[in-house]
Amino acid sequence: MSAQAATAHTTRSPRSVEKGETLLEIRNLKKYFAVTEGVVVHRTVGDIKAVDDVSFTIRKGETLGLVGESGCGKTTTGRCILQLERPTAGEIVFEGTNLERLDQKAMIPMRQKMQVIFQDPYSSLNPRMKVGEILGEPMRVHGIQPDRAKRHKRIAELLAVCGLNPKFADRYPHEMSGGQRQRVGIARALCLNPDFIICDEAVSALDVSIQAQVINLLEDLREEFDLTYLFIAHDLSVVHHLCNRVAVMYLGKVMELAESDELFDHPMHPYTRALLSAVPVADPKIEAERQHQVLPGEVPSPINPPSGCVFHPRCPLVVDSCRAEIPPLRELRTGHWVACTQV
Amino acid sequence: MAKLLEIEHLHTQFFTSAGVVEAVNDVSYDVAEGETLGLVGESGCGKSVSALSVLRLISWPPGRIVGGSIRFLGKDLLKLSDAEIRRVRGRQIAMVFQEPMTSLNPVLTIGLQITETLEHHLGMSDAQADARAVELLGMVGISDPERRLKQYPHHLSGGMRQRVMIALALSCEPKLIIADEPTTALDVTIQAQILELMKDLSKRLGVALIIITHNLGVVARYADRVNVMYAGKIVEEGTADQIYHNPHHPYTIGLLASVPRMDQHRGKRLVPIDGQPPDLTKLDNGCAYRPRCRWAIDRCANEIPPLEHVGDGQKAACFRSHELGDEARAVS
Ligand SMILES: Nc1ncnc2c1ncn2[C@@H]1O[C@H](COP(=O)(O)OP(=O)(O)OP(=O)(O)O)[C@@H](O)[C@H]1O
Ligand SMILES: Nc1ncnc2c1ncn2[C@@H]1O[C@H](COP(=O)(O)OP(=O)(O)OP(=O)(O)O)[C@@H](O)[C@H]1O
Ligand SMILES: [Mg+2]
Ligand SMILES: [Mg+2]
Repeated sequence: MSAQAATAHTTRSPRSVEKGETLLEIRNLKKYFAVTEGVVVHRTVGDIKAVDDVSFTIRKGETLGLVGESGCGKTTTGRCILQLERPTAGEIVFEGTNLERLDQKAMIPMRQKMQVIFQDPYSSLNPRMKVGEILGEPMRVHGIQPDRAKRHKRIAELLAVCGLNPKFADRYPHEMSGGQRQRVGIARALCLNPDFIICDEAVSALDVSIQAQVINLLEDLREEFDLTYLFIAHDLSVVHHLCNRVAVMYLGKVMELAESDELFDHPMHPYTRALLSAVPVADPKIEAERQHQVLPGEVPSPINPPSGCVFHPRCPLVVDSCRAEIPPLRELRTGHWVACTQV
Repeated sequence: MAKLLEIEHLHTQFFTSAGVVEAVNDVSYDVAEGETLGLVGESGCGKSVSALSVLRLISWPPGRIVGGSIRFLGKDLLKLSDAEIRRVRGRQIAMVFQEPMTSLNPVLTIGLQITETLEHHLGMSDAQADARAVELLGMVGISDPERRLKQYPHHLSGGMRQRVMIALALSCEPKLIIADEPTTALDVTIQAQILELMKDLSKRLGVALIIITHNLGVVARYADRVNVMYAGKIVEEGTADQIYHNPHHPYTIGLLASVPRMDQHRGKRLVPIDGQPPDLTKLDNGCAYRPRCRWAIDRCANEIPPLEHVGDGQKAACFRSHELGDEARAVS
């Protein structure tokens, strides 16, 4: 695999950001979606605050996990980073360049450096294209491998790197299993030599035995190609395994952010604590001894989010001030940020 | 404890253009009164079909139960007339599915769906049924039940709909509830709410539960006993403790080594199971797990290993299960 990896990287441009330095910075990102009413004349009746004042950085070579329940804004954050969604406010700085200020043309080389792997291997691949075309097309468009023969060689290498038989280039997505399709999705993300990959629920749809294969593959590729990941997932066990740092989101806001070990060993925000307690561990002895803190109520609607701290209606530690004031993220231990005034 | 459900040699097939799918292939197991049984295995291994077979909800074409017996409270469900099995469904055995939206009727209010069941199965009057419906919604933790009864399914969140499904399942005080991935579509905090609720109600009311899931954590937390399925067969059976701490089938061992665990060291590399599950239309006369099994021997290609006792009520379907113990534990 190393030899293949070497050839796969001959077209790489020299890198400006060193390992451990900031690769991506998100500053005060907001994305509101207008809620409209009326069929003929649309009236805006409110905003869905999908992402509401989110800031974090990702260092080169690290994997940042983004967790939280359905609708908390994980995918929207990812789409804003990729400029697939125009932020309502805030800045996204990638390798020192503020993406908000770039025009369409200047964005093209940036697009190449940032790729995404989606959850659903079934719908994220064009069913009418063979695997070879799915991988070859972006390379052709971005002029990465203009020569056809070389492109075919490169496709075979990419498939091999992702643990697929190069013969799969002639198959259609429906002729493959879910795990194989997800590998094609990963190969497609790699084909433009990206620096940064957003994995949006990339292993969520896979069965455990296959999921482990893909997790190991993502780890190997990270090592091999110096990749930086934003790993979006709701499965905390997978996030714990794969991520160096983790950000916990709730209703469009970051509630807690820390190194992975620190977050899982010493969760501080009451939401994070409840979330971790809700995840069952695959060991009946440990489960029998664990406290099961059940969080009451449901995630409120992002259209009319609660005042003050958005978590206050479900929070066991709530006090009056939580209903009025939005708690800022405070660094309570080194590198451990918590948006709660009561811890 | 007394046996409630006894499934013997159940065999369910689908006759498709691609061939005969051996969805449930000679499956036998029991459920005791009031216990919680976990049924785990990967997608397509036959978990849902085996549960649907119990209630004879396999529609022909293309599916058919081709053999076996399913004794419930002493009666063979496979021998009942259509009218008789309809009385068992909902009344004595209830089901809760993954996606409540597909099992709730979208054009009827929640109240009507519950009261209709009560009136139909238990012959309650309107007033009795209304009162009982309010009580049931309260029992599953839905606040303001009177108002909720007037609402339609689409007015409710996913977690709330699943609570309604559980209320419906409980409405006729069944002896057994089969929950097929009851929380897979829900968020973790809501998943925990629903599972705690089901477990609590099952204990309080003495209802037996079959929880079907691919989540090994859910099984570890909630199941008394566990059946591990692979390619239409049960390959291992035992108490939750036995399955997790003393697995005897290579597939169980493989599954446990492939799940990342929050309580373990982060750097630990996962040990995946190579390859993929077999095509259920192309099974041969050997062990279906053999192509992925690191302990396979020649015999595995020519004979299907039967599910046999390996000690203390635990069973495994592997010719080498007795040799595996220690090496296996070292791997997982
Ligand atoms: N294009 C859109 N128009 C209107 N609302 C949207 C749009 N995209 C997302 N939303 C809303 O924004 C919120 C955040 O959605 P998002 O998809 O980012 O959540 P998520 O955290 O990725 O959830 P999941 O875990 O379910 O994928 C949700 O309330 C969603 O309904
Ligand atoms: N209507 C059908 N026609 C043909 N094959 C079917 C049909 N229903 C199920 N099968 C096949 O029967 C096998 C068992 O399916 P089943 O739904 O029981 O799997 P499962 O274990 O519940 O999987 P999952 O975890 O994905 O729900 C599968 O191979 C499936 O493809
Ligand atoms: Mg999402
Ligand atoms: Mg199923």
